[in-house]
Amino acid sequence: MTARVLSAGWLQVGDRRELRRCARLFVRSASSLAGLAIVAAFLVLTAIGPWIVPYPEDARGAVHLERKLQPPSGAHWFGTDEVGNDVYTRVILGARVSLQIGLIVTVVAALIGVPLGIVAGYLGGTVGELIMRATDVFLSVPALILALAVVGALGPGIVNAMIALSLVWWPGYVRLVQGKTLALKQETYVEAARAVGTGRLRIVFVHILPNCVSPIVVKASMDMGMAILAAASLGFIGLGAQPPYPEWGAMISHGRNYLPTWWWYSAFPGLAIYLTVLGFNLLGDGLRDLLDPKSRSAS
Amino acid sequence: MLFGLLCLTFAIAHVVPGDPARLAAGPDANAAMVETIRAKYGLDRPLGVQFARYVRGLAAGDLGESLRSRNAVRDDLARYFPNTFELVTLALLLAVAVGIPLGMLSAVYKDTWVDHWARVASVSGVALPAFWLGLMLQLVIALYLGWLPLGGRLGLTATPPAPLTHLLFVDAVLRGEWRTFGDAVRHAVLPVVTLSLPALASIMRVNRAEMLETLQADYIKTARAQGFSGFRVVTRYALRNAMIPTLTMVGLRYGWMLGGTILVETVFDWPGIGLYAVNAAVSSDFQPIMGVTLLIGLNFMLVNLFVDLAYGWLDPRIRRPSVT
Repeated sequence: MTARVLSAGWLQVGDRRELRRCARLFVRSASSLAGLAIVAAFLVLTAIGPWIVPYPEDARGAVHLERKLQPPSGAHWFGTDEVGNDVYTRVILGARVSLQIGLIVTVVAALIGVPLGIVAGYLGGTVGELIMRATDVFLSVPALILALAVVGALGPGIVNAMIALSLVWWPGYVRLVQGKTLALKQETYVEAARAVGTGRLRIVFVHILPNCVSPIVVKASMDMGMAILAAASLGFIGLGAQPPYPEWGAMISHGRNYLPTWWWYSAFPGLAIYLTVLGFNLLGDGLRDLLDPKSRSAS
Repeated sequence: MLFGLLCLTFAIAHVVPGDPARLAAGPDANAAMVETIRAKYGLDRPLGVQFARYVRGLAAGDLGESLRSRNAVRDDLARYFPNTFELVTLALLLAVAVGIPLGMLSAVYKDTWVDHWARVASVSGVALPAFWLGLMLQLVIALYLGWLPLGGRLGLTATPPAPLTHLLFVDAVLRGEWRTFGDAVRHAVLPVVTLSLPALASIMRVNRAEMLETLQADYIKTARAQGFSGFRVVTRYALRNAMIPTLTMVGLRYGWMLGGTILVETVFDWPGIGLYAVNAAVSSDFQPIMGVTLLIGLNFMLVNLFVDLAYGWLDPRIRRPSVT
């Protein structure tokens, strides 16, 4: 019983005082609050986007040549593009696309990486060695290049971009979870559990996994931003979302042809990417200070 | 590791759903052409045989040929890689030269305005999309202010120096062509700054965190108590000990930069392997992408090896484990 209580992560402690202490610490950090505010705004926009944008049909590639390439104004806050679509509408609705990409890539990467990391860390041996070597190989090629190669093989498109990014994103989770599992394996409560004959699966699910939750949550928060950035990068080079899909990277890529006169076309989607990634990074930083302060200097 | 990398590139080309013969034949090929390619490259043989053939080809320097130009990928890489090498090296030097002192200052002047601004810059630097930052720099500095050229490696009127090392800067200096050198520098400023910013931000951040920790150590207090000057304590004692994690970040960031070049080279029309890979990917020209992936992977492995060697140079405990 003691072992179980000790092994439980902070989320399971259920101690109100602890939660209050965390909330106080979080609120005291201006940057964490800013991150939380940006991410909250981003999530609200993705939820209510279609109901607040002035020209919802513009996200589906409507054509209004009579109002093409208009500068920012009261009617079009971020101006219009070359076929007269409202850039503001497309940027707001692009948040949904980005959230979808970020979530899918992060969740799939964690679903692949976490079990592999636990197996490599807990079982070790030849299987563990093989998993770690494969991880090292994946980490030896920059993610964007590897994603480019996979999209090159699968063909351009948003689904293929997501598959490619998920395939190259998991090794970070293996490294993280394997390291953490190795350390936890040596803890007294895990040894105690083993000594009283607890099964492997139970040890993994009750004692090891809950203690890996904090670093995984921190990494996932950071990765959301980075996955959004990577997907926008693929969109920018023409391998991600294809027009008229309202994806920020692809919008910047098209807007690039209209610089410098029609600057708003690529400026606003870029600002949206920047703010979103900044928000997730600041939130991730804040969460790390709370949940996993020891690893602060290591990353 | 090298074997693993070969397996990975082979797997992407042959195991990922999609037909390698169709990829190699290109999007416009008909069924007969695809079959010809399949037979020519032995793609109808078992995977093991294909892998052996792939490794043999690589050992002989055969990386296939580009569908668009019909050039050997090896020759194309030899032509474009020096440009990428110069871009990444300059960006890394800039990131280290600015990031480390900024991290140091930020730690020494913790919680002052220097620290606040440096931290804001470091958080922003990581979140800024490189391709967008590049475009905005082009917009403001090249197009509105006209201070620097928009892209490319040299102006239209400049002639590149006769190749010696194939590195434009080095060749211009060795040939004494200072006008060309100046032109190349002006063309390099914006891409180098764009590529270096995310790395600069992370190097600064790690160095700050490590310096803060190191400055609390007992030996630093002892050094201060013995009356060494603040500057000497910070640079000689604290910085050197904070360098190992910073160096890890430098190595890691070099890899990111190699990935980032595909974006920065696209924006600035920089004739390197990143732009080459993007052009190939957009026109479904598969062999060049695999060549670039392999070359970048190799490069990254080499850099990590250098980083490991540098650990030993920085920390005698790693050089001679018996000391501990």
